Order: sequence, then C-alpha cells, then structure tokens
Amino acid sequence: MQVLIDNFDRLLEAFLTTFRLFLVAGGLSLVFGTILAGMRVGPIDVLSKAAAFYVTVFRNTPLLVLLLLVVFGFPKLDINLGYFWMNILALTMYTSTFVCEALRSGVNSIPLGQAEAARSVGLGFTQTMQNVVLPQAFRAVVPPLASVLIALTKNTSLCSVFGMAEATALMKGLLNDNTSQLWWIFGGIALGYIVIVELISTVAGLLERHWRIA
Amino acid sequence: MKRTRFAVILAAAALILGACGDAGEDDKDPVDTEVDSNAAAQFEDGTRMKEIAESGKVKIGVKYDQPGLGFKAAGDDAPTGFDVEMAKIVAAKLGIKAGDIQWVETISDNREPFLEKGTVDFVFASYSITDDRRKVVGQAGPYFLTGQQLLVKKGSGIKSVEDIKGKDVCSVTGSTSLANAEAKGAKVRGFETYSQCRDQVLDGAIDSMTTDGSILLGYAALNPDELEVVGEPFSEERIGMGYAKDKPELCQFLTDTVQEAMDSGDWAKAFEATLGKSGAETPEPPAMDPCA
Repeated sequence: MQVLIDNFDRLLEAFLTTFRLFLVAGGLSLVFGTILAGMRVGPIDVLSKAAAFYVTVFRNTPLLVLLLLVVFGFPKLDINLGYFWMNILALTMYTSTFVCEALRSGVNSIPLGQAEAARSVGLGFTQTMQNVVLPQAFRAVVPPLASVLIALTKNTSLCSVFGMAEATALMKGLLNDNTSQLWWIFGGIALGYIVIVELISTVAGLLERHWRIA
Repeated sequence: MKRTRFAVILAAAALILGACGDAGEDDKDPVDTEVDSNAAAQFEDGTRMKEIAESGKVKIGVKYDQPGLGFKAAGDDAPTGFDVEMAKIVAAKLGIKAGDIQWVETISDNREPFLEKGTVDFVFASYSITDDRRKVVGQAGPYFLTGQQLLVKKGSGIKSVEDIKGKDVCSVTGSTSLANAEAKGAKVRGFETYSQCRDQVLDGAIDSMTTDGSILLGYAALNPDELEVVGEPFSEERIGMGYAKDKPELCQFLTDTVQEAMDSGDWAKAFEATLGKSGAETPEPPAMDPCA
C-alpha cells in the first residue's frame, strides 16, 4: 500500500500519459475510421476497394509488429516524428480499422429502404449519409465502438516498451524497486486502467441513452 | 530508391525479430577453475549445497543481452561475460563443470520469481543488491561495483550527466537507471532490451543510453568507432548473487567462494577476460557484506 501512496504523483503522471495516448489515438481513429467506413460503403469502387485493402492489411497485423515497424523503422529512414506521435500513428493505423468495421456494421444495419427514401426525396450520397444513415448508424454502433476504445486503452500498455513512460512502464519500474509489494502494485495499476475503462463505459452509456429513440 | 527503403524496413524488422546477435567472444574458459570431483563430501547433510553437489546439476540465471557481463549471441552454445565467469567459479566449487551448467536466460523482471519458484538455483544477472529485494530473495556479495553512466554517439555534445536535461535518454523500461535519469531532468524512453535502446542511439533517434557503466562499456566495445561512454558514474550499484531466501546457508557458501576467487586472482582474471576487454582497468575487488 505504502508504495502506491509514496508514488502517487508518479502514478498520476503515468496514467495521464496513458490517457493522452488513448485520447489522441482514439480521436484520430474515430475520424480516420469514419472516413474509411465512408469509403467502404460509398459508391466509388476504387475507394471502396482501397479501404477494404487497408482494413485487411492493418486489422490483420499484430499491433506489436506495427509498433516495431514504426518506432524502430522510421528513425532508420530519417523520419523523425518523436516518440509520442510514432506511437500514436501505430495505434491509429490499427484501431481505425476496427472503428471502420464497427461503423460499417452500423450502416449495414440500416434498412436499404431508408437510403432509397432519402434518395427519392432528392438527397445525394453525402446528404443521405449525413442526415439519414449515419445518425442512426452511430446509435447502433455505440456499444461496439466502446469496446474498440476499451481495447485501445489496454493496447496502449504496449507503448511501455516503445519509449512511452505510461502506466505499464511505471508498473515495471515500481516492481523493480519495490519487489516486496508486488500485489499492491499490480492491483493499483489495474485499478487505474479500470477507472479509465469505466469512464469510457459511462460515456457510452450516456450516449446510448441520449440517442435512444423516444 | 524505393527499393532501398523497403530493404531498410525489412532489415530493421529482421534485426528486431532476430534480437540482434552480432557480438560474440569465443574464448572458452578464461579462468582455469578446478572442479572438485568429490565436492559433495565437503558440505553438511541437509544443506542446499550438498543437494546440488550430489545431483550434479545446477541452474543459473544470467542475462543474455549484456555484452561483457552476460551475453549469448544467436547460435552460441553458452553465454559469456563476467557474471557468467563468477557463476562458473561457484559451480566448480559445487563440483559441476562449466559445460554441465544449465543456463537460464533471466531478464530484470523475472529474477525474483525465478528464485522463488526454483526455476534457477542462482542468479548472476547484473543483480543490484537492494534492501527491498532482500525482503524477497537472498542476495550475497557484492562481487562487483558499478555506477550508472551515459553511452552516446561520438561528438554528441553530451559530456556528463548535467547535459542530459531535456534530452531523450533510453534504457530498459522500468529500470532504476531510467528513474535516476528522469530525476536528472531527462526525457526518459523505455525499451524492452538494451540492444533496442542502443540501436535507437545509433539511429540518432535517442541522444543517450544509460545504465550501469559496465554494460555500456560492453556496447561501446562492439561499436568503438561510433559510440563512447562519457561522464563520471552518477549512482552506485552493488552487483550481487541471488539465491532463494529459504536456503540461507547458501549466502556464506557464495561469499566464501567468491572471496577465495578474489584472493587467488581468479576474480581479476575473469574481469580482464570479459569487461576488461573494452579497455577498462581492473578495479580492486569490493568488500562483501557479511551474511546474517
């Protein structure tokens, strides 16, 4: 217990880094994943195929391999983004594919008749998506998207061996210096992750309620 | 151009996946240790030493990625280094030949669990003695003193620990060295292994690598044209031998055995054959802690 109290400020700082990784990578993944989903369900064949190819490649590559390629490969090519952004890039490349697929499943859950009705009153593809399909799709995908973001939160722990001083890295440090308090350290760090994940679940719950059909 | 880039990425991936086995010293046994053929007789019944000597088998945990201390290149049969030589001296005292030692790779995280579970009998893995570790495992020694230093690319402008403020400094995730560097104002970057950290320094992505000077000297010796160790040590690490806490009789045995090696000059020979190769002068053997 003592080790957690003594290192409270370090814990806070480390979880802040974890949270920043989650927030930035999550935000970018939502944006990029939505674009990908738009490309996949859209009418332009080339874009649809390109998006499908991207998803196939990056969803099927282990995140660890992506991190290795980006964090160790880029400096060899003299590309210098800094460690935070290299980690964000790998996390986003990976997570956006899951966002894309979650959204696509949401879009596909909207009966075709809705899009046809929208088209028949004169809306174009973008308008149909924006005003008719996507608002309903978002409602349907809140639970799976929350799962994707929760997975992302836990995935950020991989960044601990790619130059990020986040929660898992701190855990290793604390274990190294306070071997006798192993279980307290495991418990404390796990609790931190649970808090972040609960936060996501809560927000997802609120959104679900907010968008519920009256 | 494109092809070179692709090749570089492939090479980088291969390097990472291949765990970087580019260095190996092939000296067989630098220290001529006499193996006592009737070792078991000298130990009292019921001691762990007797058990090990009678079984003729010993499992020793060493690091595989620290040139000069404990290092095993891909394809090598056995690890090499100063820690390894110390382990061989101890095994010889138990009547076990170097070739019969079962080496087990340990990393910083699993040294205590390995000793507690009996996965290894001893740990010789640049294992700093700390009060907290002594609550969980037994630590005899120290058989070597070292301090944290900095490894940089030649001409980096970093001359001492005062210069790392605001710079990217890497080491193994969770190591004490990293926490020390953080306290000095560096931006710390943790990696899984020392070799990954060293590669980042070579690639220019990281300004400096920090850990025990002895480890850094080993890496500098592998790349003498590009890398150098700078600055005075800014911490003191006392490297000891780990054993299971419930076999306290091992402490006196380990201390006596290593003391003998220090007195006979085998300790100095082991140093010269391993860490001394990077040009470091052979230090005086440290005074060891008494066993409780």
